[in-house]
Amino acid sequence: MKKVISMLLVVAMCLCVLAACGAPSTPSTPDNSGSSQPSGTTTPPADGAVVIKIGGIGPLTGGAAIYGIATQNGAQIAVDEINALGGDIQIEYDFQDDTNVAETAVSAYNNLKDWGVNIIYGTTTTSPCVTISSETYADRYFQLTPSASSPDVTAGKDNVFQMCFTDPNQGVTAANYVSEEGLASKVAVLYNNGDAYSTGIAQGFIDQANTLGLEVVTEQTFPADTNTDFNVQLTACKDAGAELVFMPIYYTPASLVLAQASQMGYDPLFFGGDGMDGILGIEGFDTALAEGLMLLTPFNATATDERTVSFVEKYEATYGEIPNQFAADGYDCIYAIYEACQQVDGLADMIANGDNAALCDALIAIFTSGEFSVDGLTGLGMTWQANGEVSKAPMVVGVENGAYVTK
Amino acid sequence: MIKNMSKASRSGLINYGIVIVVFIIVKILMGAGAMSNMLQSLLIPACCYIVMAISLNLTVGVLGELSLGHAGFMSLGAFSGIIAATALQTAIPFPALRLLIAIIIGAIFGGIGGVIVGVPVLRLRGDYLAIVTLAFGEIIKNIITVLYIGIDANGLHIATKQSNLNLLEDGIAIVKGPMGAVGVSKISTFTAGFILVIVTLIIVQNLVNSRQGRAIQALRDNRIAAESVGISVTKYKLMAFVTSAALAGAAGALFGLNFSSTGAVRFDFNTSILVLVFVVLGGLGNIRGSIIAAAVLYILPEMLRSLNINEYRMLIYAVILIIVMLVSNNPQLKALFGKIIPKRRKGDAEIV
Amino acid sequence: MTFLGHVITGLSLGSIYAIIALGYTMVYGIAKMLNFAHGDVIMVGAYICFIFVMNLGLPPLLGIIIAMAVCTVLGIIIERLAYKPLRSVPSLAVLITAIGVSYFLQNAAQLIWGASPKSFPTTFFNFGGNQGFTLFEGQLNVNYAAIVTICICVIIMIALTIFTSKSKMGKAMRACSEDKNAARLMGINVDKTISVTFAIGSALAAVAGVLMCSTYPTLMPTTGSLPGIKAFTAAVFGGIGSIPGAFLGGILLGLIETFTKAYITTDLSDAIVFAVLIVVLIVKPAGLLGKYRPEKV
Repeated sequence: MKKVISMLLVVAMCLCVLAACGAPSTPSTPDNSGSSQPSGTTTPPADGAVVIKIGGIGPLTGGAAIYGIATQNGAQIAVDEINALGGDIQIEYDFQDDTNVAETAVSAYNNLKDWGVNIIYGTTTTSPCVTISSETYADRYFQLTPSASSPDVTAGKDNVFQMCFTDPNQGVTAANYVSEEGLASKVAVLYNNGDAYSTGIAQGFIDQANTLGLEVVTEQTFPADTNTDFNVQLTACKDAGAELVFMPIYYTPASLVLAQASQMGYDPLFFGGDGMDGILGIEGFDTALAEGLMLLTPFNATATDERTVSFVEKYEATYGEIPNQFAADGYDCIYAIYEACQQVDGLADMIANGDNAALCDALIAIFTSGEFSVDGLTGLGMTWQANGEVSKAPMVVGVENGAYVTK
Repeated sequence: MIKNMSKASRSGLINYGIVIVVFIIVKILMGAGAMSNMLQSLLIPACCYIVMAISLNLTVGVLGELSLGHAGFMSLGAFSGIIAATALQTAIPFPALRLLIAIIIGAIFGGIGGVIVGVPVLRLRGDYLAIVTLAFGEIIKNIITVLYIGIDANGLHIATKQSNLNLLEDGIAIVKGPMGAVGVSKISTFTAGFILVIVTLIIVQNLVNSRQGRAIQALRDNRIAAESVGISVTKYKLMAFVTSAALAGAAGALFGLNFSSTGAVRFDFNTSILVLVFVVLGGLGNIRGSIIAAAVLYILPEMLRSLNINEYRMLIYAVILIIVMLVSNNPQLKALFGKIIPKRRKGDAEIV
Repeated sequence: MTFLGHVITGLSLGSIYAIIALGYTMVYGIAKMLNFAHGDVIMVGAYICFIFVMNLGLPPLLGIIIAMAVCTVLGIIIERLAYKPLRSVPSLAVLITAIGVSYFLQNAAQLIWGASPKSFPTTFFNFGGNQGFTLFEGQLNVNYAAIVTICICVIIMIALTIFTSKSKMGKAMRACSEDKNAARLMGINVDKTISVTFAIGSALAAVAGVLMCSTYPTLMPTTGSLPGIKAFTAAVFGGIGSIPGAFLGGILLGLIETFTKAYITTDLSDAIVFAVLIVVLIVKPAGLLGKYRPEKV
């Protein structure tokens, strides 16, 4: 009985929470004041402007928070820019935490639906995205993900589009590059076998390497949990005589791999995927360790084109760090959605009626028309195929003297 | 008539009543469209967690052994259930029947896992048992993460690399290593969840109040004394443990078939801990407490979402957890709240 | 030669587990609670050291001392606020509170220091401009960090053993561990003794954090949680509550993990490590050095 009392206490607490949140979770009509959502726009929209509600989902807490926060911030900058233009289309933006868990992502998504979302931006990470994309497919919401790269995200769903390369594609591109440039003949692959992204790229790479006649001398893996000690895997690569180690892993474990390789005096060419971008931005990281590292990434924060410079400046001023490709992909997503929305006939009616299905179909038609292309930070003239994959030129970046240099 | 019943059966009856009333209220709210999408999406997982909490309570509260790997059984149930449901997709066109079979298969596999872990249970006690269950949960997670399972006309294919799966043209890969199960058709329903909760209640409450249940509780309270009056430790411990694991497997199957994709990492140590938190907060051995704690604590962090405090959401959850633990174990505060709370009794029905 | 290399890798990984496990086992032995927040105190210790050394430019040794001081205070505060009020209730309630504290520390760390990883300076154990030395004409590399970790680990183990067996406070701790009520009747201040245990455990956590991040230089809010679980496993493996047991358990766990990765498979290394653990516990139900106490009626 005593325990029951304690439970009722929790119930009471929950009631208070419910009471406090009752208001913002119910409105289904567009809120023109734009002030009830702190993460939304700050500029009041011009008279007669259409306000589109874009809802983002990604991890803001937990181990994957860095990626979610980057995509949230990158998109926020694009939203602020678009709203500052004061054009006919204004964006209201909300970003929900999914802690990189599929079931939490579902409730984040439903929370956005309750908010009256028109377009889904996200999710940042692959495995929640596979779940969410089938939800949006059933509910007919248009969805554009900045960084969920598995083919399973888009497979069989006409409404889901990607801003990043798919995993196998990235592996194939990397293998082609290694082979064309004659970087090595003996390669080792080191990947995280508890991670869909890492495994996907590694398999694409290995298959293509076998086709091209590159010799994959060893495949080394590590589980998602135990990712601090790579001495054993590196010794195996060294003993197998690999000249190049392909490691499609995120930059956090990669920084450890580089440090341990340097300590054991092993110095092959390290080649990474887009998850490696950001390695130079780690606070306290000895950039000399990354010297000579090559990575396949759509974005280089030190590029000198006007678009990149302006974005990096704004990002640094607002968030105090150099943006990585997740932030850039997020920025491009919002612009892609914005530019596509400008071409939608009868946009105002669709938004006013909350007809997201019609909006979704219209946007799908535009994205797959073959004529729609977007110039962004991560590529010029990006187009989309009917299966949701993006077509843009891959870019290889190398680290020289502690800075990224486009190859 | 109710007055003539024993205290235990009356309490059990109240539990059925609460669950049924909540189910009816939720159904009415859903019918009237007065329920937010988010709350609706939480219903089926909440049912799964309620079953998980009740079944773990059987191990921790009734049997008195700490288990830190309950999510491992859920994982076994989820993946075997998903595979069964996908394999039978063409053979059985009725989703409800397929779901039923999947849940039964999930329960069987969970139960088998229970037997495998149950053997060391006989030798180990306390924290040593806890670590074995933790280890078991991690092993299950590790193995499923590297497995690729597909099905075609020749039957099931199992491999550790996608390229070794060798599926025929029309074959489908059900479980894809770290990606987990993808492309699962969502056949779980809230009604099925409700029925599973009721079935779980029937099984657990009848077990606890039966001859066997009293033997199990005797083992918890004093093993040596119980043994000396002829209660078989092996038999009754295994009985409690396997029942608990099988129910977790059933919950896992329902859970897995509620999402279009499920990865093995979902059922990690943190999930086991989450369920343990429900059980401890609800009260050891207190079935009703488990139900309420699971429902409220599962929904609470999602409710915090609407406050637009994304960054602080999990921090607040942690603080609430600590405060509730402190308050519920503090005699003075409990007396104070005891005076206020009874007026709010209707509260739990509205929330769940 | 490769084999020797793996032994060194295993020892250095194992010594990290061992030093965390010492803190676990210390608190468990005396307060009889599994302090799941221990891993997160380690993370806080590493962050504090990082801030003072990297951002404020203090010498590393001073950084470690400040980290120890901060963690000691943090440990005492946690104990006072979260664990002390629950001293008389079942240990499971304390376990849940510890998990709450663990969530709290992780999320607070993310708010304070951000989610992005920080790279811990690898220059901590730098002698003559090198991070290590080579043997057998460069075929074998040994890091100073690994040697320092193992030495500190042994020193702490010996110091703790002497402290608990010889000093007055240590004897009080053992008395509390045997029987709290009897200890209280004998005039021992049980509350104070347990607070001191937490203070020592947290100071050890700070040292463990700095050593761990010197060997594996990535620092994130979640850095402490998984090594925490592994170290808990190591402590149970060696016999929880036993100080030499924690050391032995940690070292063995590191070696088993490394050899599994090197000679069996990297795919299932965690699963195999845990399977070995289960087998050992079935054979020796109280861990390697744990005391098996037959129950009396």
